[in-house]
Amino acid sequence: MMGSENVEEFKEEMESLFLREESDRDFNGDKSNSNYRSAMSTLSDSPHPSILVTPADSDPLFAPPSYYSESRSPRSKPNGGNRDSSYLEPPSYADVIFSPFDDNSEINGSDDGGSRHSQSSDTLSRSSSSLSSDFIKITVSSPQKEQEATNSMIPGGTTYVTYQITTRTNLPEYGGSDFSVRRRFRDVVTLADRLAESYRGFCIPPRPDKSVVESQVMQKQEFVEQRRVALEKYLRRLVAHPVIRNSDELKVFLQAQGKLPLATSTDVASRMLDGAVKLPKQLFGESGGASAVEVVQPARGGRDLLRLFKELRQSVSNDWGGSKPPVVEEDKGFLEKKEKMHDLEQQIINASQQAESLVKAQQDMGEIMGELGLAFIKLTKFENEEAVFNSQRARANDMKNLATSAVKASRFYRELNSQTVKHLDTLHDYLGLMMAVQGAFADRSSALLTVQTLLSELSSLEGRAEKLEAASSKVFGGDKSRIKKIEELKETIKVTEDSKNLAIRQYEQIKGNNWCEVERLDRERRADFLNMMKGFVVNQVGYAEKIANVWTKVAEETSQYNRESS
Amino acid sequence: MESTEQPRSISGSMQSPRSPSSQPYLSVSVTDPVKLGNGVQAYISYRVITKTNLPEYQGPEKIVIRRYSDFVWLRDRLFEKYKGIFIPPLPEKSAVEKFRFSAEFIEMRRAALDIFVNRIALHPELRQSEDLRTFLQADEETMDRFRFQETGIFKKPADFMQMFRDVQSKVSDAVLGKEKPVEETTAAYEKLKHYIFELENHLAEAQKHAYRLVKRHRELGQSLLDFGKAVKLLGACEGEPTGKAFSDLGTKSELLSIKLQKEAQQVLMNFEEPLKDYVRYVQSIKATIAERGTAFKQHCELAETTKLKEINLDKLMLTRSDKVGEAEIEYREIKAESEEATRKFERIVNRMEDEIVRFQEQKTEEMGVAFHQFAKGQARLANSIADAWRSLLPKLEASSAV
Repeated sequence: MMGSENVEEFKEEMESLFLREESDRDFNGDKSNSNYRSAMSTLSDSPHPSILVTPADSDPLFAPPSYYSESRSPRSKPNGGNRDSSYLEPPSYADVIFSPFDDNSEINGSDDGGSRHSQSSDTLSRSSSSLSSDFIKITVSSPQKEQEATNSMIPGGTTYVTYQITTRTNLPEYGGSDFSVRRRFRDVVTLADRLAESYRGFCIPPRPDKSVVESQVMQKQEFVEQRRVALEKYLRRLVAHPVIRNSDELKVFLQAQGKLPLATSTDVASRMLDGAVKLPKQLFGESGGASAVEVVQPARGGRDLLRLFKELRQSVSNDWGGSKPPVVEEDKGFLEKKEKMHDLEQQIINASQQAESLVKAQQDMGEIMGELGLAFIKLTKFENEEAVFNSQRARANDMKNLATSAVKASRFYRELNSQTVKHLDTLHDYLGLMMAVQGAFADRSSALLTVQTLLSELSSLEGRAEKLEAASSKVFGGDKSRIKKIEELKETIKVTEDSKNLAIRQYEQIKGNNWCEVERLDRERRADFLNMMKGFVVNQVGYAEKIANVWTKVAEETSQYNRESS
Repeated sequence: MESTEQPRSISGSMQSPRSPSSQPYLSVSVTDPVKLGNGVQAYISYRVITKTNLPEYQGPEKIVIRRYSDFVWLRDRLFEKYKGIFIPPLPEKSAVEKFRFSAEFIEMRRAALDIFVNRIALHPELRQSEDLRTFLQADEETMDRFRFQETGIFKKPADFMQMFRDVQSKVSDAVLGKEKPVEETTAAYEKLKHYIFELENHLAEAQKHAYRLVKRHRELGQSLLDFGKAVKLLGACEGEPTGKAFSDLGTKSELLSIKLQKEAQQVLMNFEEPLKDYVRYVQSIKATIAERGTAFKQHCELAETTKLKEINLDKLMLTRSDKVGEAEIEYREIKAESEEATRKFERIVNRMEDEIVRFQEQKTEEMGVAFHQFAKGQARLANSIADAWRSLLPKLEASSAV
């Protein structure tokens, strides 16, 4: 029987709990969403799954995709799944008051296979069973402000934030087991850009947004924290990718001390220069310094204006069905797949939105239960203090039972919710991955466009050569200037022919990458989604049982008031 | 819509019409709400069925048609005549316009009115009231006439609210000591007043949270419904076994959504409404406290005046004035009034003593029932949630093993 001092203590702890949460909730809608978001992101602490080591390939674009077959080991029972079991340590506020997590034993001992399953983390993991001893774990921490060194006369440079990126691994490709570097966000952008260039056709996890606007609106601290979490998630996804984790770019990013030795995306000036030098040559269709390899890189930014124009013209003519390009995206399978992916993306977006609402509703339920409990605690105290009649004391006792259970139930709702967030987070993750798929498909389309452009250029060059030859042959004794032109043209044709062949090879390679990636994604997604559902359901069952117990107790304690005839 | 169940938490042998005929009984039910009239004039009428063997009544069974304002009339009459007794409260008059004729609201009001009448019928003093008999038996025209006759003017609901507010402000003035200190100062009564005022605050808070709890149930139900639909659509995009799993998940989600809506309604009727009733009861007590204050003031003032008249009379008698006769008559009159005022005041005090005991016991009982039903409902809900989700597990296990 709770004496009044215990009620007081109880109340104070509950009140301080509530007060703490009150101050977190300044506005209703947005804050709860951002709380959800930060809850979602901070809950990604689950240890990274162990990943199969694959032989590093020098240039994944040109190596046959055979290594994929090695990683397709049977997905048998897991070990340390990345989507953890539902009964993680209760959050710290569980330490408050209720030592009776005696309910725990009830659940553990219960017959229900479902809840016990969760304990043995019988979750589907994407890790393959064989080489589970290899691991690589990345942590992003301790953001710090630093000053940009500036040579200008104006005093004071801009400040930026760096993050410490710690890697722990036992993979041999890395020259150590534990190392740390400091990077700023700009470095991450560079890494992402370089990866996008090197791994065309792959589903590369999208990097965190630059979101300049958010950085103005949010509190600096909150923004930095959000970014830290996003970076961690991004890097962990990168190392989870069986191909990208072996990339030189990533290794360099994680290991190289000091300034990041990757060409930056903003290094436009020098590139502009390169581009400008090459431009006249490209303009006249002459080989000059433009090597085949450079030509088949996707046309981008300040560099390849002319090429952009050409490809644009080509894509327009493709669309209008003007000239019939020899290589057309006839691959119905691809188009169907693209369509399906698009549908899937829409549904994932929808589902993840509804998941957010569900989480919010669960959260609200928990909160109001708690507040109700608190109100009744106050009433209990009040009645006890003012009691003149025994009927009052009896009522106070009934209220106390109700209040205790309401507060307990409230806590369970909130725990349930934090677990639910972890599970349904999978939907959010896949949103990012769907973007990666789009990227991969886009790589394919742009490679195809390059091929088509080269093909049509080739045919027009050949056409010109033919005409020149025809004209020249009519001139008796040969036409010196024309012959010279024909020779030069033939040079260009040869280079273009080489480029075309390269482009086709590249396109095929990308197609292959696409296919493997999509296969891998489908497989992993199936497993992840099933995992998610299982986790979610097990969670719901477990906590519903706990909540039921709590209320059954009150029903028993008030059984004398049962007025039903049955 | 017949009310076939016993009124909430009223116990006692007075209810059963099947008790041996030698035992006096008076049983009332408010049933069958029907919407009458059109547009702004529309209102709900109820069938009030009285079953009794009491001689004062016109027979073993009587059915009349009554509307909300008739109940208000009854309450006001009882309030006037039975000072000191905590008159059972009525459900609020005003309601958000579009809600006014919703099935939920109508049922809740009917139940509340049923309880109201039954509480009166069970009260040892109130049940003997002539006004109650009128209410239960008079034909509709007579009832209308009585209602209009109240003070010669047709009382609008606003008037009642104003009266109530006046009473409340008088009471709080008294408590805050704004008036001249013509009030009781016994420790016990002070304690009681303080208790009642504080109690109202606590209860109002609890009731507010209870109402929000109802809303949250509904919101959770809605979000489960939306989630279920979304997940089903997602499943349609996926191949097996994920597709089927999503479909099952969605179906369960939708099912649970229905259960949540049902529970929301239960919480509203069996938990939030009793809390609201508790609050109303406390407000009724505050009105009685105000009456007691008025009566006390009157008793004091008249006692004072009587004394003055007595002194005056003595003076006149000493001076052998010819105004003695007049003064003596005045004095006797005032004295009678004063004694009447004192009697009235003391009756209020006595009644209140009994009423407090009764009130506390009644509330413990009623709250106990409410808590019990609430706990049972929540347990039932949680269990069905657990069952529903649990039924998915074997299939999910099977799918994962593939």
